[in-house]
Amino acid sequence: MSDRIFGGIGLVIAILFAWQASIIQESFLTDAVGPKVFPYIIAAVMGISSVYFLLKPDPEPHWPRAGRLAEIGLAVLVLAAYAELLPVAGFVIATAVAASYLTWRLGSRPVESLIIGIGTSVGIYIIFHLVLGLSLARGPFGF
Amino acid sequence: METLSSLADGFVVALTWQNLALALLGCFLGTIMGALPGLGPSNGVAILIPLAFTLGLGATPSLILLTSVYYGAMYGGRISSILLNIPGDEPAMMTCLDGYPMAQQGRAGEALALSGIASFVGSFFATWGLVLLAPQLVKVALLFGPAEYFALFTLAFATLGGISSTNQAKAAFAAALGLALAMIGVDTQTGVPRFTFGEVHLYDGIDFLVAIVGLFALSEVFVFLEHRGTDSDISAKPKMKIGRITPSWKLIRSCTPTMLRTTGLGFIAGVLPGAGASLGSFISYSMEKRLVDREGTFGKGDPRGVAAPEAGNNAAAGGALVPMLALGVPGSGTTAVLLAVLLSLNITPGPLLFSQNPDVVWGLIAALFIANFMLLAMNIPMVGFFTRLLLVPPRILMPIVAMISFVGIYGISGSSFDLLVMVGFGIMGWVLRKLDVPLVPVILGTLLGNEMEVNFRRAVNIANGDYLTLFASPLSITLWAIAIVGFVLPIFLGRLRQLKRMRLDDEGGVRD
Repeated sequence: MSDRIFGGIGLVIAILFAWQASIIQESFLTDAVGPKVFPYIIAAVMGISSVYFLLKPDPEPHWPRAGRLAEIGLAVLVLAAYAELLPVAGFVIATAVAASYLTWRLGSRPVESLIIGIGTSVGIYIIFHLVLGLSLARGPFGF
Repeated sequence: METLSSLADGFVVALTWQNLALALLGCFLGTIMGALPGLGPSNGVAILIPLAFTLGLGATPSLILLTSVYYGAMYGGRISSILLNIPGDEPAMMTCLDGYPMAQQGRAGEALALSGIASFVGSFFATWGLVLLAPQLVKVALLFGPAEYFALFTLAFATLGGISSTNQAKAAFAAALGLALAMIGVDTQTGVPRFTFGEVHLYDGIDFLVAIVGLFALSEVFVFLEHRGTDSDISAKPKMKIGRITPSWKLIRSCTPTMLRTTGLGFIAGVLPGAGASLGSFISYSMEKRLVDREGTFGKGDPRGVAAPEAGNNAAAGGALVPMLALGVPGSGTTAVLLAVLLSLNITPGPLLFSQNPDVVWGLIAALFIANFMLLAMNIPMVGFFTRLLLVPPRILMPIVAMISFVGIYGISGSSFDLLVMVGFGIMGWVLRKLDVPLVPVILGTLLGNEMEVNFRRAVNIANGDYLTLFASPLSITLWAIAIVGFVLPIFLGRLRQLKRMRLDDEGGVRD
């Protein structure tokens, strides 16, 4: 079933891709092939393979239970929030929070994970910023 | 002779303090990344690429650092195979078969030392093979026009897909997906924006480094989140006694023919586009089993069963560099990642690389020789240090991997948008791995997509819009034929299926 859904999504993507290719504004200075042909070929390959999944799906993969899916979803949200807040909160604080969250969810005890998170963050800051001179996001406190 | 003098020049380039230090650092980090389950050579190199850039390293130093990581990971992968029965990376999988039984018999140290020597033999001779073969291949490459290059790229996708997935349709889908991602951005030939949806950030296209780090490194974090507390959780494994770490001469001598044979075989497997180190170690092991396993000891802790796959995968790792440097078509997943380094440094691999940047090529090759000796030194006397590193639990390790991925990408672009795209690629990588869609063709597609299209359009334009020009020369017809065979053949080969079933045991980790 998963493969069928995947095939359906793939087919939709292929069609959308081909449609987007068809509305590319060609400039008056174009070559014999133009910017559309290669995307059409790609869309065709994608579409054909998607149809194949629809017709001959592989055995069902082992999906995690709903709880674990939510776990992964939450981790994605945390990482997305991290990406957005990094320039606002500064590297050390944002990283400590995100790293604590991840290590907690991967099985550390709460207090322990706070320490590991801060350790990870400060460690990376020392190695990459202070030693290697990489520029990291500066927050309101300059780190 | 010419080759030898170029190699000597290469040693002059490589033997600076900075390059030696980078090679040492690369070997060290590579061995760690290879040894730690969940971090293979592709991930290791992917995480470090952004760092090499942000540190402002030049082309040669960056390449030395990253290929040392690559070689190091090939050495390191065996450590957890032998001690924990979990391959540290995909190519080290076959080492589990005899390495772990040896460890259970209390001969872990011997197995580690022997496999270290086998790794050295494999990569040492493969580096010589690289020295001898790459310049020859460059001569062939000069015969390539745009149509031939287009056929060659297709061949790379066909064979890479053919080997890396159980399902050819999924490999084709992955390649198309990668190519589709490469199309995003301003068209290089006519200057019109494509698939940008009016988003300014997308005009430059999607940076393939963002895609690589997301697909490889971040998706690994999600896999660990998924498996926490289950059977696949590695923190619950019992510890293993190492025992003596020096193998007897008798043991080494008895394994020497095996090592030499599998080195040759592995090297050939590596040179073939798409095959890579995993296949190298697999066919090395199966060939040796058929040749020398008279008492049926393979699989029960036969030292030759440890030496064979290790020599094979390291030789393949060296072999995979040949098509990458000489033709610009990577021979494996990790060399695809290394290709990303070259492209981001504005160096186009291929025949011109050897004539325009000989210092880069030969400096790199010389550094590989040096790295090999460093790795031998690190992996035999100091192996105890690396085995202790295996005690770092993934719950601490994986967040560090994730955070370093962010640091690298942020260091390059400084934009939150790229980080969000990376998270998106991370989750996409996880879903694709679940569905058994190989990730390497996706990467290859994003890397080669524009180059492939440029060659396609150039060929057809030269022929005034005649598409048949793509199949006009004997060389391109040959390449197309190999591509078709490479794509179709695995469907009929039952034995390869078996290999894949074994590979899929570990949830379709990143394939080399």
